Amino acid sequence: MCHLRSFGDKCHPVEQVRLLDRFSNKSTNGTLYLTATHLIFVESSSNNSTSAGQEIWILHHHIASVEKLSLTTTGCPLVIQCRNFRVVHFVVQRERDCHDIYSSLLRLLRPVSYEELYAFSYNPKQNDQQREEGWQLIDLGAEFERMGVPCDQWQLTDVNRDYKVCETYPRDLYVPITASKPIIVGSSKFRSKGRFPVLTYFYQEKKAAVCRCSQPLSGFSARCLEDESLLQAISKANHNSRFVYVMDTRPKLNALANRAAGKGYENEDNYSNIRFQFVGIENIHVMRTSLQKLLEVIGTRSLNMSDYLVGLESSGWLRHIKAVVDAAIFLTKAVTVEGASVLVHCSDGWDRTAQVCSLGALLMDPYYRTMKGFMVLIEKDWISFGHKFADRCDQLDGDPKEVSPIFTQFLECVWQLTEQFPQAFEFSEWFLLQIHEHVHSCQYGNFLGNNQRQREELQHVSLYKKGLQQCLNLC
Amino acid sequence: MEFAELIKTPRVDGVVLHRPFMPTVEGTLCLTGHHLILSSRQDNTEELWLLHSNIDSIEKRFVGSLGTIIVKCKDLRVIQLDIPGMEECLNIASSIEALSTLDSVSLMYPFFYRPMFEVIEDGWNSFLPEDAFKDLESMTDEWRLSDVNKDFSVCPSYPPLVAVPKDIDDDTLRKAATFRHSGRFPVLSYYHKKNGMVMMRSGQPLTGTNGRRCKEDEKLINATLRPGKRGYIIDTRTINVAQQAKARGGGFESEANYPQWRRIHKALERSNVLQESLIKLVEACNDQSHSMDRWLSKLEASSWQTHVKEILTTACLAAQCIDREGASVLVHGTEGTDSTLQVTSLAQIILDPACRTIRGFQGLVEREWLQAGHPFQQRCAQSAYSNSKPRQESPVFLLFLDCVWQILRQFPCSFEFSESFLVLLFEHAYASQFGTFLGNSTAERTRLSLPEKTVSLWSWVNRPQELERLTNPLYEANSLVIWPSVAPQSLLLWEGVFLRWNRSSRCLDEAYEEMVHIIEYNKELQNKVNSLRRQLAQLETEDPLLQTP
Repeated sequence: MCHLRSFGDKCHPVEQVRLLDRFSNKSTNGTLYLTATHLIFVESSSNNSTSAGQEIWILHHHIASVEKLSLTTTGCPLVIQCRNFRVVHFVVQRERDCHDIYSSLLRLLRPVSYEELYAFSYNPKQNDQQREEGWQLIDLGAEFERMGVPCDQWQLTDVNRDYKVCETYPRDLYVPITASKPIIVGSSKFRSKGRFPVLTYFYQEKKAAVCRCSQPLSGFSARCLEDESLLQAISKANHNSRFVYVMDTRPKLNALANRAAGKGYENEDNYSNIRFQFVGIENIHVMRTSLQKLLEVIGTRSLNMSDYLVGLESSGWLRHIKAVVDAAIFLTKAVTVEGASVLVHCSDGWDRTAQVCSLGALLMDPYYRTMKGFMVLIEKDWISFGHKFADRCDQLDGDPKEVSPIFTQFLECVWQLTEQFPQAFEFSEWFLLQIHEHVHSCQYGNFLGNNQRQREELQHVSLYKKGLQQCLNLC
Repeated sequence: MEFAELIKTPRVDGVVLHRPFMPTVEGTLCLTGHHLILSSRQDNTEELWLLHSNIDSIEKRFVGSLGTIIVKCKDLRVIQLDIPGMEECLNIASSIEALSTLDSVSLMYPFFYRPMFEVIEDGWNSFLPEDAFKDLESMTDEWRLSDVNKDFSVCPSYPPLVAVPKDIDDDTLRKAATFRHSGRFPVLSYYHKKNGMVMMRSGQPLTGTNGRRCKEDEKLINATLRPGKRGYIIDTRTINVAQQAKARGGGFESEANYPQWRRIHKALERSNVLQESLIKLVEACNDQSHSMDRWLSKLEASSWQTHVKEILTTACLAAQCIDREGASVLVHGTEGTDSTLQVTSLAQIILDPACRTIRGFQGLVEREWLQAGHPFQQRCAQSAYSNSKPRQESPVFLLFLDCVWQILRQFPCSFEFSESFLVLLFEHAYASQFGTFLGNSTAERTRLSLPEKTVSLWSWVNRPQELERLTNPLYEANSLVIWPSVAPQSLLLWEGVFLRWNRSSRCLDEAYEEMVHIIEYNKELQNKVNSLRRQLAQLETEDPLLQTP
């Protein structure tokens, strides 16, 4: 059974469609099929073709945009750009057929509700028990135990058990022993979106902690005793260090601008024992534009070397990657060399914060470089801590300004590391690419929605949920 | 002339050596006629043996009475020597400068080097033209080996024996030589077994402003065409430059006189431009500012990658004409000793699997570079750190090696040798204990008696211990023509040469070692499987009860 918006009787396959190669003048003939979930191109087998019957399957969810170009002598061109950066260029003989496919795709591209997403109709040959097991592969409680938490300095708090304090945080949060409920609640009122400082990684060897949060609502001069107490508690929890680093992963200018809106950053005068550091990583809009420019450059035909390098530079993409990696290195040095605890935040604490915390943890802890460990890392720092996958990856027809390749950047940072340290990772590039595919495919339930609370609501709605971990474990 | 005259201070104690990726070492610095040697104080082991001929330039710095000499090498390594005492430091510096700028070839180390290994196969005789011709003879009888140049009088930069069309006699060759730059008349570079098409190379035709023609030259190259078929002339200059060459006595083949040949202009840069490009590239690689934008800008400004792309593109074009179009090709630039050779040798890498074997590649370098008269002595006199005004230096051969590396990276299973072989050739082209890359032509090498007085690089490289190190563990022999991608996205910076001293390759080296182990282990297991299968088969035939149903 599939939740399919009806498009009338336009499901018929279209023949005599040409698939154009992006970089040469070659083309292949075939037939185009439109199903509820995929667009499929099947190459017509011919006598002299060695790859007869080549098939291209494009998941609707992967399609970022469809463009119908003006009619040419050979037919009506249709250009499809996918979120996994695939670009397909078809030429359909009859304009009417092209228009049918185009308008059907447009409607299929824009699911309005979660039930329409592939995850709810995808049905691999698994029974309920296997499916349940898939979901239970990752146990964050066990992960924190592996890190050595709870311990004498850190405890599990139930203050957010029903998402009452922070809707976008997970149920289970770890805070310093000395952080009482009033302190936590007070701090959460002083932080953007209620995202108060919590533990995300514990470096046992030095008893140093990596905590994350969002920006304080300090404006120009506002203070919050509870928030200051919480940071004090974090500092006290680490006997080895006199101070806590506070890493604001935004450029200083942006943080300053936020003050005018009643937000901002921590004032070293008000918070005893902190050392404040800006680590300028640009915001989601800059990253979105950067990616667009990059794709334009590398998609150019007959590109010469000079234009390529100049274009690469002006997109800024590698500069941003470097900024994220530099930040992770700073975090790692602070924790492993200086033995200091670090508090990381950006604006809302779910984009740059997630990148820096998870990449830093990867540098610090070899467990996260195993396949299972990497999945745990993503589950912890991205999924449970509320990175807005739905908005960032444009799962539903949402606000285009919320779309940004933050998770893609993280995956690229990891890839860069695998290139430099080939033997330090249990997984290969293929694993990263698979994850990237499925973040956008919505084939699995892991990345649906914007936070844990939303995901749980979706699980109640439908029985169809699959685990990406299960699938990847089988591969 | 005694080397001792040039050495002001042969020995200084308490010198500290700083090298990339290695711990600092203190020891005794010695200068000999050919080497700079540092012996560690601890156990008298030699930490550094540096050929003076490997030194591009040096810099002196003084802090109090402690002098520092920064030695910049042609293989792009930079080392630092801290020398106590200003006078000693100045003496060492000027001695090094004198010893590293000797002009006379016969003073170079290969003439003094005594090999520590037994020379089983003399590399000087491994790749003679007559042996290469025997291979050709087995494939076709349309060519002959001419000794018209046996005393180098017809063409000073050619070898004594060249392959020419069978029906062309020596007199024709002599006349054609007068019509080509430096006497470099068209000769055979490569014969494509698949379809019998050939690639030839030459210097530019000396048409001059009067539109001079030479019937013998026309006869010579027309002899390579099949009846009714056309050939391609690939000119590595722009049409404008080719036109302008006429004013200096040069020119190009006109359609009127060469009606059966289609001319294609694919401009490749000239020597001085390439040298500039190398200098800028190395500067960019050494830039410690760690800014991404500066890195990309500087990389782009050096244009090195652009040159790589252009050379590869032209080589692909030549290969396409031969393999896809089934046409013969003549390649030339101005002199025919630089860009011409890049194109002809790379085209062979693309077309001929034999050139991708270790011996085949050595043969290619011998034929298309050494014997073909690429002026190595001039081109490799200075590298990226040279202080003096550039004269004839140019990284033409290095660019060729870079292009080979690009193809090797794109086709990791198609080459019998690994990257380390290419790096080795780069090093030895600039400074070596072997005589292979000395001189500018076969004539010079003969005049200097190099084969008698020096050891060939090939003698050393072809020993089993060395070959093992240079072999590609992923190699699977195939008979394919391989077409590399020349898109900018596919071409990478050759880190193995340009970032070798800036970034530790330890993790990558370890991963490579691991890969070699995995492949060996896999082979062992495969052998074991085969042996067990044989045993099983044996047992089955012996005992009918064991036969599988």
